[in-house]
This record gives sequence, structure tokens and C-alpha cells, in this order.
Amino acid sequence: MSRRIHSLRAETVFFPSANGDQIEGFLAQPSDVDSFPGVVLIHHLPGYDQATKEMALKFASKGFAALVPNLYSREAPDASPDDAAAIVRAQGGVPDDRLVADVDGAGRHLRGLVGGNGKVGVIGHCSGGRQAFLSACRLQLDAAVDCYGAFVVGMPPPESGLKMYPVVDSTPSLSCPLLGLFGADDKSPSPAHVKELADALRAADKDFEFHSFDGAGHGFFAVDRPSYRVDAANQGWDLIFGFFGRHLSGAAV
Amino acid sequence: MCTYLTERIAVEGSAKSGERWSAVSSASVYFDHPVHAYAEHSVNLDFFDHRDGSPARRVALELTPSAARELAAAIERVLASAPAELTTG
Repeated sequence: MSRRIHSLRAETVFFPSANGDQIEGFLAQPSDVDSFPGVVLIHHLPGYDQATKEMALKFASKGFAALVPNLYSREAPDASPDDAAAIVRAQGGVPDDRLVADVDGAGRHLRGLVGGNGKVGVIGHCSGGRQAFLSACRLQLDAAVDCYGAFVVGMPPPESGLKMYPVVDSTPSLSCPLLGLFGADDKSPSPAHVKELADALRAADKDFEFHSFDGAGHGFFAVDRPSYRVDAANQGWDLIFGFFGRHLSGAAV
Repeated sequence: MCTYLTERIAVEGSAKSGERWSAVSSASVYFDHPVHAYAEHSVNLDFFDHRDGSPARRVALELTPSAARELAAAIERVLASAPAELTTG
């Protein structure tokens, strides 16, 4: 990836999930290059929100096409992001199989774009970090980034009422290199959780790199929240663009 | 951290948002990140009217932990102060 800031185009699109449902997404792509990789950007539990869409714009400005599938398209297609998130939370969250189908559909849409180089990575934050890891274990992808995904390791509290289970046992199926970015002060995932995941990746002989940032907790990329930590976020973005640049550049074989 | 802690309960009553009243039939109570309140974590209350079917018809509150405790205590105080025969419903 070059260091220049690309011209870009962004719009709402509709595309089929791999389960056949038509879902909404926010697509941002560079408009001044002939070829670009794709990134499926999974929104966090608070929803298909402004902050996530701004991340998609950032990816496009760096030369990637980024597609954010609205995981709450079905329950609340026209609601504001916070209302949709509240509804889905009250219903127990997004089922894993449906999430994987939505990421699969988003990846297919990216590969089919005019100019798409055929390579697709996935990234998610918080609940999306777990979902990015899960997607990379279930789907054939080219690179994955887990930003402080909770419950990759460890069970959520039974009081959560969410349909969310640890997915560390899927590690042997991981299809691509993994970058993990964590806050050293985070409780979920805690440093012990991060170590357990690293041990599982090492045992399965997977290509991965993990970084934990001192002075950062959960949500340090979130510019609209008090958890934002500028130094960790800046370092993290450099690592993300370097990692995706290495693994997603060039035409797919 | 995201706590994901959520209690879901059935409720009976009404809520007003702006100029509009709605019946409410369920509520979520959770301790997690707020959308709007300037805090890392808050006690969040969502009231829904499922008879309406529209997710936009939600009434939401995000309270600091101390404010939530004050609210819970105030509710208990007014219920305790009212004649017992009026507070069984």
C-alpha cells in the first residue's frame, strides 16, 4: 500500500448473504486506482454506527475497499444504529452461523467489484474481534485482524443472555495469518485470555502476531468513547495497514 | 471491557418520548458501554413496545452507577411509602 491518501467513493449497498438473505452494507472504496484488495469490517455490538463507517472511509483512503455488513439488517433495517443494537441485544445477539454467512457474502461482494484484486481480509473490534476470528476459521480468507475480541477464549457470563460461545477450539481451522491487537489493561480479553489464544495458535502452527499496548484497555480504537487511547490506536492502525498491505496486495492466485 | 451483562424482563406500563406516549411490554437492563453518556460504562435501560413492532419505538436511559442506585432506591422508597393495597399490581 502506498502512503498517499486516495480519493474514495462511499455508499450504501445491498448484497446477498451466503444464506440467501439480502442485507445492507456500507461500502467505501478508492476511486483513483485500478486494483485494490477488500476488507470486511465487522461492526461492534453497539451496531452499524458512524464510528465504524468512518473506519471504512479510512481503509478506502489507504487503498482498500472496505465493506461493513449491517449485521442487524434483518431485525431493524431502518432503525438508528443504537435502536437496532438494543433490539438485537434484547434478542440475544447475532447467531454465529448467520454472522459467518454475512461475512462470506460481503467477501464475495468485494471479490466481485470491478478493480477487486480477489484478496479479502476481515477485521473486527470487541464482539467483532471474536467474529473476525470465527470467520477466518470458517471461511477461506487472506488475512484477519482481531481487535480485543472478547470470548474468543472464556465463556461470557450466563447473565449476558447472549448466544456467544468461545471459539478458540476452532484455531486449527484458521485459514489465514492473524494479527491480534489488545489492551494490556483489558479484562475481556484479559492478558491471560490473550496468552491462551496465542498458545493455541502456536500449538496449531499458525501464522500470527499479537501486540498488547500498555496504558490501554478495551476499545482503545474508539475515537468517540472515553476508552480511546491515541498512542495505542495510532500504533495499531500502522500495524493493521502494514499487515493487510503484506497479505492482501497483488492479485489472488 | 464489554460486560455483556443483560437482564431482560417483562413490564407493564407506558413511556413517553418527545410528544409520543407508548405502551411498554419489555425492558432490558444492562451494565455496559453507553452510546451517549460520557462514561466508559453505564447502567442502561431500554423499554420496548413489542405490540408496535417498530424498533425505533424504544425509550432508553443511560445512567452512571451511582445515579442508577439512587433511582432504584428512590423507586423502593416511594413504593414503601404508598399504602400497601395500592402497590400490589
